[in-house]
Amino acid sequence: MSDQTTDELRAEIRDWMASNLTGRFEVLRHRGNAGDGDALPDLRKEWERVLAGSRWTCPGWPHEWGGRGLSVAEQIVFQEEYSRAGGPGRMGHIGEGLVGPTLIAFGTQEQKERFLPGICSGTEFWCQGYSEPSAGSDLGNIRTRARQDPATGDWLVSGQKVWTSLAHLSDWIFVLARCEEGSVGRNGLIFLLMQLDQPGIEVQPIRQIGGGAEFNSVFFDGARASAANVVGKPGEGWKVAMALLSFERGISTLGQQMGFAQELELVCEIARENGAAKRPDLRQRIARAWTGLRAMRYLAMRVLSDDPSGETMRETLGYKYHWSNWHRDLGKLAMDVLGRDANVISDDPRHERLRQLFLFSRSDTIYGGSNEIQLNIIAEQGLGMPREPRGSLF
Amino acid sequence: MDLVLSDDQKMIREEATRLLAERSTSERVREVVEAAQGVDAELWATIAGELGWCAMAIPEAFGGLGLGMTEQVLLMEAVGRRLAALPLWSTSCMAAPLIAAVGGDTAKAELLGRIAGGEAATVAWDIFAVDPLAHIGFDARASGDGYVIEGRAAQVSDLLAAAIVLVPAQLDGGLALFALPAGTGNSALLPTLDGTRQIGELTLDPVALPASARVDAAGFDAADADAAIASAMLGLAAEQIGAACGVMDVTLDYIASRVQFGRTIASFQAIKHRCARLEVDFSEARSLVYGAAAGFDATSPAERGMEIAAARALAGDLLYRASEEAIQLHGGVGFTWEYDPHLYFKRAQAASCLLGATHAHLGLIADALLGAEEAR
Repeated sequence: MSDQTTDELRAEIRDWMASNLTGRFEVLRHRGNAGDGDALPDLRKEWERVLAGSRWTCPGWPHEWGGRGLSVAEQIVFQEEYSRAGGPGRMGHIGEGLVGPTLIAFGTQEQKERFLPGICSGTEFWCQGYSEPSAGSDLGNIRTRARQDPATGDWLVSGQKVWTSLAHLSDWIFVLARCEEGSVGRNGLIFLLMQLDQPGIEVQPIRQIGGGAEFNSVFFDGARASAANVVGKPGEGWKVAMALLSFERGISTLGQQMGFAQELELVCEIARENGAAKRPDLRQRIARAWTGLRAMRYLAMRVLSDDPSGETMRETLGYKYHWSNWHRDLGKLAMDVLGRDANVISDDPRHERLRQLFLFSRSDTIYGGSNEIQLNIIAEQGLGMPREPRGSLF
Repeated sequence: MDLVLSDDQKMIREEATRLLAERSTSERVREVVEAAQGVDAELWATIAGELGWCAMAIPEAFGGLGLGMTEQVLLMEAVGRRLAALPLWSTSCMAAPLIAAVGGDTAKAELLGRIAGGEAATVAWDIFAVDPLAHIGFDARASGDGYVIEGRAAQVSDLLAAAIVLVPAQLDGGLALFALPAGTGNSALLPTLDGTRQIGELTLDPVALPASARVDAAGFDAADADAAIASAMLGLAAEQIGAACGVMDVTLDYIASRVQFGRTIASFQAIKHRCARLEVDFSEARSLVYGAAAGFDATSPAERGMEIAAARALAGDLLYRASEEAIQLHGGVGFTWEYDPHLYFKRAQAASCLLGATHAHLGLIADALLGAEEAR
């Protein structure tokens, strides 16, 4: 793709954001991102429908399912311009980035026709049912059970999911559950699509260290998934679950980086205002933060550059560790730059944004594979070092 | 900007890596260290004379191949990986770009042609500063048909190996560049911590030079030489990530074979995690070096300066950490002359302060982000 095409697309998105993220949507700027995910949910759902009205939801999907068929490079442009304009955290992210591509790859024609339009039009919202109290880093240790109702062929699910982002604001959940009695690890799992609003499901918000509640526990007690809503074959849920995680391919990370750059700029702005910019130790740390962010940008660009030789595969493995630790450090740097102002709640919304950054970024190095798991993966898959022995306690 | 290497670039890297693995072995590097000259002259004859590595980045008009910064970085990375004692950094990353940036037409044609043909070159500037032209140790004045030049450069890389020694000097309140004719002044070889890079002291006490020794177009300032300084810094960063890769290879090999408590020490999570953290730092530094190289000609000088300072800071810290970890993870043998970690460890320390240490690079970035530091 030529730079000229990219430039035109960039200008188009910029104009669109400028003329649509206005009026009553103005308050959504920079809201609803990680740590603030439960902010203004109704208005953000409306915003999703405004996006959909101009076909800016699901731009990477193929045309036949309502997308624009944008290339990776073009999707990156969209993410960058969306974030640059302060576009709010996407309520439709899980549907668009995870469920849709999974159904397009593994779903039946019926499933595609039933679910893809709702995602694309911003009318049905999704959440992810993977983690459980006993299956965090060790996702294979899932205990939620699915047994088939012999009368209808439907699946009846019992158990508990946890850390389910925005479950209280979603319509559907995809669930990884154990469908074969006595199976362990990655075998005997099933991937189910389930409606949240039904008698056997209860959603309980979890209040986080920042005070907000965007995560939830989801309890299942004989909840029903229609036989038509199994993705892939029963028993092969792990394959689907892992493929789903690979779909995102980090395209949204460049948008995420635009958010990081805005946070770093905010830290610099406050440092210039309050005199922290004169402190040699803080100057060095701010310069290090800039350095880490620039490295992250080039690392992501190399990872996303679609090199068929897989040359960057080994380096890709470190990306999550890098960004999450960088972001956590930025949270601490922000507090140190704020100094005494970090300790009292003030009217300055910038201060509150940085306090939330400080608190919520503690989760960055835990979710999606904790630091410790990431280092195992890098050592084992990247450097070819021996695998951790499996324990015998279940 | 495309950060995927082309097939040609991959081929250059593979060929360089293969050749240096064959020729700059641990045994060979040790011979160079013991000989205390800091240069592997035989290997230099091969790569510069026969294979034309110095011609790569030189424009075609001057007898080069006209390739870009990415190719340069790939070569420097391969050289660093084997600690090959070659005056390539001085020649291709400092001297050639300085001539290209500020040289007059005649000088460009002559000197760049000689470099492309395999002659080594260097620059007698302040090699420890982020702004190596800010404190020049040489003063020149016009005298008769030529010039008289006087001064000293305490540490010049590859000084005795270089056939072309470039000397920036103060002249009439500005800067001029001279190429010393062979045998001019006093060049003394210095014994070094890192035996794999030659360092010499140049004293001009004072000497007369013919007018033809002056090679700049018509005076210059540090800003005119920005591309040359940037190239030197980026080339060094590339060499540092290469050396980091080399020492990580050595360490990973060792811990995969060392058995304690009935298992390889590579199987201990404490050790895996330390290696994995180095790998993360490596990916980060390498991405920055490759990214800065790909954008070298297109990025504004200010932003390029920040990126290259960032690359240099990360690469310098990475190499030091990778080599100190190498000693620790080798255990007792890591402390011996026989095993290789000390070769990298010495290189890491010696290179860490070239063209500024980490705090100076971070200082440049902070100045750009926050405004220059107030004088205290």
